[in-house]
Amino acid sequence: MSTTLPDIHSHGGHDEHGEHNPYHQHHFATMEQQFDTSKLGMWLFLVTEILLFGGLFVGFGLMQHRYPQQFIEAHEHLKQNIFGRPFPLYGTINTLVLLISSWTMVMGVNAAQTDQKKKTVRYLVLTILLACVFLGIKYVEYSHKFHDGLLPGIFYAHQSEDLIKGTHGYATFFAFYFMMTGLHGIHVLVGIGLLSWLVMRARRGDFSSAYYTPVDLVGLYWHIVDMIWIYLFPLYYLIS
Amino acid sequence: MSTETHTHAEGAKHHGGPLIYTANLFALMFLTVVTVAAASFNFGSANVVIALAIASVKAILVGLFFMHLLWDKPVNAIILIAGFLFLGIFLMFDFLDVTSRNNYLPRNMPNMENATPAPDSMNPLKTPAPRPLDPAPAKAEEHK
Amino acid sequence: MERAVTSGARIGDRPRPKKNYLNETRGFKSWALTVDHKRIGIMYLVGTLCAFLLGGIFALLVRLTLLTPAHKIFGLQVTAETYNRFFTLHGAVMVFLFIIPSIPGSLTNFVLPLMLGAKDVAFPRLNLASFYLWIVGAVMAVSSMIIGAVDTGWTFYTPYSTTTSGTVTLMTAAVFVLGFSSIFTGLNFIATVHKLRAPGMGWFDMPLFVWGMYSTALIQVLATPVLGITLVLLMLERVFQIGIFDSRIGGDPVLFQHFFWFYSHPAVYIMILPGMAIISELIPTFSRKTIFGYRAIAYASVSLALVSFIVWGHHMFVAGQSQLATVVFSALTFLVAIPSGVKVFNWLCTMYQGNISLETPMLYAISFLMLFAIGGLTGIFLGTLSTDVHLTDTYFVVAHFHYVMMGSTVTAFIGGLYYWWPKMTGRMYSEKWGQVSAVIWFIGFNATFLPQFILGSRGMPRRYYNYLDQFQPLHVFSTVGSWIIGLSLFMSAAVLLASLRKPADAPDNPWGGTTLEWQTSSPPITHNFEDQPVLENEPYDYRPKAVTH
Repeated sequence: MSTTLPDIHSHGGHDEHGEHNPYHQHHFATMEQQFDTSKLGMWLFLVTEILLFGGLFVGFGLMQHRYPQQFIEAHEHLKQNIFGRPFPLYGTINTLVLLISSWTMVMGVNAAQTDQKKKTVRYLVLTILLACVFLGIKYVEYSHKFHDGLLPGIFYAHQSEDLIKGTHGYATFFAFYFMMTGLHGIHVLVGIGLLSWLVMRARRGDFSSAYYTPVDLVGLYWHIVDMIWIYLFPLYYLIS
Repeated sequence: MSTETHTHAEGAKHHGGPLIYTANLFALMFLTVVTVAAASFNFGSANVVIALAIASVKAILVGLFFMHLLWDKPVNAIILIAGFLFLGIFLMFDFLDVTSRNNYLPRNMPNMENATPAPDSMNPLKTPAPRPLDPAPAKAEEHK
Repeated sequence: MERAVTSGARIGDRPRPKKNYLNETRGFKSWALTVDHKRIGIMYLVGTLCAFLLGGIFALLVRLTLLTPAHKIFGLQVTAETYNRFFTLHGAVMVFLFIIPSIPGSLTNFVLPLMLGAKDVAFPRLNLASFYLWIVGAVMAVSSMIIGAVDTGWTFYTPYSTTTSGTVTLMTAAVFVLGFSSIFTGLNFIATVHKLRAPGMGWFDMPLFVWGMYSTALIQVLATPVLGITLVLLMLERVFQIGIFDSRIGGDPVLFQHFFWFYSHPAVYIMILPGMAIISELIPTFSRKTIFGYRAIAYASVSLALVSFIVWGHHMFVAGQSQLATVVFSALTFLVAIPSGVKVFNWLCTMYQGNISLETPMLYAISFLMLFAIGGLTGIFLGTLSTDVHLTDTYFVVAHFHYVMMGSTVTAFIGGLYYWWPKMTGRMYSEKWGQVSAVIWFIGFNATFLPQFILGSRGMPRRYYNYLDQFQPLHVFSTVGSWIIGLSLFMSAAVLLASLRKPADAPDNPWGGTTLEWQTSSPPITHNFEDQPVLENEPYDYRPKAVTH
């Protein structure tokens, strides 16, 4: 790992006219050092998110091993009836929505990097809209579950031929379903908040090729949210 | 207004760009179609493995291109890999435990009529016959 | 041989700056909203020492309860339920409010940027946020004690913790908040070490204190999130009965233990690595000799952090995990002892033929070596399956972890506090009384915990309120020992606080240390160094050199 020797002959946060980059924090020698450090800090935070969600994945995996039959049966209730056959419609649409939102996000970062203010705002707004679509579909899914009584723990109230109430495993499955998609949904909501803050700042002209760190960092956060869903989707919606 | 101070990458090169990002998006969407299609076939115990493998490819694509890991300093990628590595350790040891347990009940243990029968370790997919849950009140008398 | 210079300027000392980080700005707001790592370190120091006092009071109550079979403290009857609360709160406060946050938050926050030649940590505002999260967590924890108190043991094992009355939910929420404080601190230190080293300081030019704290930070970032999710699952199981940990509703109690110990075992390395980091500074300075095996200690620190992640099952040998898992974890546990052994060997070799002087910090460092040797070796007894079956959940375990957590980490913490006290406050403490407190500490600690090894190996279970008559003499001995510990801590507090009444005239470098924090004034100016220091020497180079400024 190399030392970061601040190049004393570089701009060091000052542009050619000797003006000071207003975002330069003084315990850093250069803007580049500051940007690299901010990114490193963000990656460290993201790894904590991976381990946080990862714990839930591990718990889910172990419970699936404990109640394989019940979990497989419960999985079917996450699918919708399309042309008479079960198909994970909502899940698939949500996956595509998030992937596209990742694309709009990185396009927004690119626009900020290249001093295109209007495009930055446009792409960020698109990302927010796609995130709202995601949450909307989640709302539809959840209301179906509520209606069917497929709820976690003591709230479990579903009675049908396949999922018999009182058998261990079903309530646990839906507990994990709501915990994981719910925690993920909370992260999407927080993401919408962060993106809205970015839109506000972008419209104010805060970002340019000299300083786009917040856009980049929120972008990284958003991609992790997408990455978590990339793993959530097959484990919940595609197992049969 | 553009200034000459670029806050990233030596030589102020812009990595990535709309073309690469768009290509990546199409790759990801294609892989989504593949994984949904694959789910309609039954490969037995390989189902989960295939699904997770495709998901991992997608995650790698997101990481390398959307998250810039291909063009960043290696330390960022090392951090991400470390996270998955330790998660893997957690999962692996837990599975080692759970899959190697011998869940037999003692033959002479009294009052076992109402107990949930232990899973049959020789037939892991066979579920025990369901029985109604005890009503909750047990906990009130048991502690204190 | 008296080497420490206690006051006055020496040839080569720069003139003392009038304004330093303590007096440059004044007022409550200037402290409450500070982003100066030194001020944050002082605030953490005060906070965690208050937590130490609270945890210590619970410890004294535990030991007083066990003094006689009647279980009366000053005439008041202690019930079994109350006793459960005493040891639970002692453990929870000590682990989550004191040991884990103390050295990283206080000493490291203060010293690490100075050692790296930096102006501050990488993310100063995050540092302040970390401190406030600690405050919030502390308030929540204390509230939970006042409202109803927890009696599950600090380990919160299910199904008792998911079904008992008592403020388990609030306490686990408090620990969740404290976990994030820890994560942010670790995150900050990793970024600081990677990015803010002085020009000329490569990875193998850093002080070993930094290596130790970097390793600690790795664990903080990677392990604590799993604790977070464990506590969330525990709370949900308690409130909604989701069926993951309680076997009556289909869960697996051993799963809770896997989740819990996946964090909590690396957590004990979050506790010991900072202590070892301090010792790596004290020993070369007071032996006036280059550290033996710099790279070995550096590698041992990081490998200790990494290997700590694969041994957690040794807390669960009799809990119900499979025999195969048990054997694997036991074998790996032997592996994790190796880096610790390397370090002890290297510290001893550093002292060998060194020019040793026995100031207070060195007395604590030597205590560390002896107490850690005992603590570490007794861990091997516990890692061996055949002996652990008899020793688990007895006082042997209690003695083992107190030897490593208290006999090692707290000893090192106190030693480090004395060592850096002149730097932080600009005052020298009374050396003679400091030395007396160190000797009393060593005597009191052994008096308290050595008998507990015997108690445990003879069958006295841990967390038990009642005991067989034959154990009483050892319990009495141990309780008297706890009073001696209290005396030593009281003395140290008096010694250090008394020094504050003197004027701030400590020299820049009273100990002749070679690391960068000794190149600036005592106390340092707000932005740490007048000019950006550039590293010119190898670490721990004690060869005589011309004094130039």
